[in-house]
Amino acid sequence: MALLLPTLVAVGVALLPVAYLVVRATEAGWETWQEVLARPRTLELVVNTLVLGFLVTATTLLAGVPTAWLLARTQLRMRGMWSVFAALPLAIPSYVAAFVWVSSPLRLQGLFGSWLILSLSTLPLVILPTVTALMTSDRTHEEVARTLGLSSWATAFRVTLPRAMPAATAGALLAFLYVLFDFGAVSILRYETLTRALFATYRASFDRGATAVLALVLVALTVAAVFVERRVRGRAGRHRVGSGSPRNAQTVPLGRWAPVAYAWLTLLAFLGIGVPAISLTNSVLTGQQGGVDAAELLSATAVTAWVAFLGAIVTVALALPVGILLARYPGRRTAVLEQFAYAGHALPGIVVGLGLVFFALSVAQPLYQTIALLVLAYAVLFLPKAIGATRSAVETAPPVLDEVARSLGRSTWGAIRSVTLPLAAPGVAAGALLVLLSIMKELPATLVLRPTGVDTLATELWTRTNVAAYSAAAPFAVALVLVAVVPAFLLSRAYGRLGEGDQ
Amino acid sequence: MTDLQLRGISKSFGRVQALDATDLSVPDGELVAVLGPSGCGKTTMLRVVAGFERPDAGQVSLGDRTVVGDGKFVPPEHRKVGLVPQEAALFPHLDVERNVGFGLPRSARSARVAELLELVGLPGYQKRRPQELSGGEQSRVALARALAPRPSLILLDEPFAALDAGLRSEVRNDVRRVLRETSATGVLVTHDQEEALSIADRVAVMRAGRVIQQATPVDLYSNPADLHVARFVGDAVELEAVSESGVAQTVLGAIEVRDGVGGRGVVLLRPEQLELNESGVTGSVLDIVFHGHDALVRVGLPTLEVVLRVVTPVSVRVGDTVAVKVRGHAQFYPLV
Repeated sequence: MALLLPTLVAVGVALLPVAYLVVRATEAGWETWQEVLARPRTLELVVNTLVLGFLVTATTLLAGVPTAWLLARTQLRMRGMWSVFAALPLAIPSYVAAFVWVSSPLRLQGLFGSWLILSLSTLPLVILPTVTALMTSDRTHEEVARTLGLSSWATAFRVTLPRAMPAATAGALLAFLYVLFDFGAVSILRYETLTRALFATYRASFDRGATAVLALVLVALTVAAVFVERRVRGRAGRHRVGSGSPRNAQTVPLGRWAPVAYAWLTLLAFLGIGVPAISLTNSVLTGQQGGVDAAELLSATAVTAWVAFLGAIVTVALALPVGILLARYPGRRTAVLEQFAYAGHALPGIVVGLGLVFFALSVAQPLYQTIALLVLAYAVLFLPKAIGATRSAVETAPPVLDEVARSLGRSTWGAIRSVTLPLAAPGVAAGALLVLLSIMKELPATLVLRPTGVDTLATELWTRTNVAAYSAAAPFAVALVLVAVVPAFLLSRAYGRLGEGDQ
Repeated sequence: MTDLQLRGISKSFGRVQALDATDLSVPDGELVAVLGPSGCGKTTMLRVVAGFERPDAGQVSLGDRTVVGDGKFVPPEHRKVGLVPQEAALFPHLDVERNVGFGLPRSARSARVAELLELVGLPGYQKRRPQELSGGEQSRVALARALAPRPSLILLDEPFAALDAGLRSEVRNDVRRVLRETSATGVLVTHDQEEALSIADRVAVMRAGRVIQQATPVDLYSNPADLHVARFVGDAVELEAVSESGVAQTVLGAIEVRDGVGGRGVVLLRPEQLELNESGVTGSVLDIVFHGHDALVRVGLPTLEVVLRVVTPVSVRVGDTVAVKVRGHAQFYPLV
C-alpha cells in the first residue's frame, strides 16, 4: 500500500515526544521515579490539578445545561445573538482571558481566578453539544410523555434531560481535559498545577530525569481522561437521533421567568465577552499614551504568521496520507494507526515541547533551538485536527472514482493526485486554515522550543504579563483576540454553526 | 480486443465465500452478461477481473496475458480493462472532455474525445459539467470514458440500474450498438434477467459464488441447467411428471421432452407454451394480469394452478371455464 509508509512516518512523528519522555525517564533510573513520586509536592500538584479540573467540570455542567436549555427550548428573543455570545469565549485563548482578569482592577488570581476563567472558557464545550442534542431530539417522545400524564416539568426531567445528558457529559469531560492541558491561564494566575510546575522545573533545574517523570504523570492523567471521554462520547453518539428530519423541538414561553433568563445570559456574555472586550479596548486607548512598541508588535506578528504557515504546511503534508488511508481503508489495523497518530490529542503542549527538547538534546543536537523543531511540535499537536479534516474531505469523494482512474491507467498515487486530491482540496484547505489559526495561538510548546530571539504574539504576551507589564502586554492580547475570534466568528458563519474549540 | 478467461477463481471475505472456484470465459468481441441475485458474487468477480480484489486462488487471463495467477498480479492500471461503474461515477471536478480524455495521453486527447462523443451520440458535449447531464447522458459519457484508451476488455457494473424504465432500454440499445461497432469484448454485471437476455451474446448465471450455466440467451431460456436457473431467467410452469424414452406424462397429458434420463421428475414449461384451446384439460380462470402486448392468465386445474401467456386482446374473463393445451416440447428435470 503506497500510503502506508508516509502514514508510518506521521505516526512516528506523533509518537516522538512521548517516546523521548519515556527514554529520558527510564534513563533517570528507579531512584528518580521513587524520589519524584514520593515527593509531597508531586501529590500536591496532582491534587491541585484535579481539584481545578473537577470544579471547572462541575461548573460547566451546572451552568451549561440550563443555558443550553434556554437557547434551545425557550422562546428567547435574539436567540442567534445569544448563541454566538455563548460560543465565543472558547475562541479566546485562556491565557488572554487570564491576562484580562489579572490586569483588571480585581487582580483575580489563584484557584478562584483559575476556576472562574477556565469555567468561562470551557462553558461552550458543554453548551454547544447540549443545544444540538436538545434541538435534534424528536419532540414526539415528549408528547408521548405528556399523554402518559407527566407534567411539563416532569417531562423535562424524565425525558428531555436524560436524552441531552450524554452530550453534556461528553462536553464536560472535554472541559476537564482542557483544564489538564491548560498552561497559560494557570501560569498567569499563579495556581500551581502540573503544567505550570513542569515548566518551572524545566526552567529552574537541569534535572531532566525528574522533569520527564513528572511529565509522564501528567500524561497518565490526560490519557485516562481522553479514554473516558471517548467512551462517553461513543455512547453519546448512539443516543443521537439518526438520519431523517426530526420535527423541530417545541419551545416554551419564558413568561415571568424572562427577566431571570435574560439577566443570566447577560451575565455570562458580560463575563465571557464583555470584560475582555472592555478591558482590551480600554488598554488600547490608554496604551496610546504609554506608547505601543509598534516595531515589536509587527515583528511578533510576522514571526507568528511565518511559523504558523510552516507548521500548517508540514502538519497537513503529514496528515494527508493518514487521512486518505483512514477514509479509503477503514478497518481494525488502520484504526490502530489512527490512535497513535492522534497522540497529540492526549498530549498537552508543554509535554510535547519537553519531549522534543529531550529528543533534540539526545539524538538531534543540531535541531535544538531551531524553527524546524518548533514546527515538528506543531505537527504533533495539530495532526489530529488536520487528519480529521482530510479524512472527512476524502470521504466525500466516492472510492469508485479512484477505481475508474486506476482502470484508465493511473497508479495509486496518480489516482490520488488527479481525482482524490482535487475533490478533497476545499476540505483540506479548511483544515490547513484551522491548523494555522491554532498554531498562532499556541503558547506552551512555543515557549519551550522557540529559538532565542524568536517571539510569537503568544510568547510576547506571556513574557510581559509575567513581569506585570500589563499595558505593554495589551497590544499583543488585542492582536491575539483578532487572530482568534474574528476567524472563528467568520468560520462559524460560513459553516452555520460554531465549530469545536481549540486546545 | 481479446478474450477473457477465469479459471478456478475463489475469494472469501472473512467467513463469507464470495467466489467459489468459479470459471468464466468470454470470447473475443462478445458481450457476456453475468446474471445473478445480489450477493451471488458477481460484483466480486468483476472487481477481480478489474484488479481491485486479489483472488485467493485461480487464474485470470486476457488473451495470452495472465493478469492474475501463477504468483502474478497485474495492478489495475496496467490491465487495460475499462470500467463503467454503477451510476456512471463521472469525475465531478472535470468537464466531459477531460472525463473522456482521462485515460488518454494529452497529445491524442481532443480528436479521440470528439470521435467517442460522436460514437455515443453526444457530439459537442465537451465543455459540459457532469452535474449538467441527465442520467442517460452520464451513462454514455462513462462508456466513452472507458472506451477511450482502447481497452482489451470493458466491464459494465449494473450501468443502467439508476435509469428510469423508458430511458433504460434506449441507453441499453445504444450501449449495445457502440460495443458492437467497436467490437469490444465486454462483461456486463446485472441482476435484471430481461436486461441480460436482451443485450448479451451469452449469459452466465451465477449462484453462491459460482457460474452455474453459461449459454446464449435463447438456449438459456429454453434449456436452463436446473430449476433454479429456470425460475431466475423467466416465468416457469412446473409440472410433476414421469418420463420414459422422450415422453413425459403429466396432468396436461403427454409432453415431448428432450431425451435423457427417465423416471420421476419435473417438467418445465414457459407460460407461452400453454395455450387456451377447445380441447384439453379444463379449469377456471383465476385472474388475469394485463401487460399491454400480452397478458398472464392464471388457470386453476383440478390438481394445480398454471400460468399462460396470451397475446392480447384476451378473449376470456375471470371465472370462465377454459381448456389448456401444451405446445412444443419441454425440459425434464429428474428428481434427485
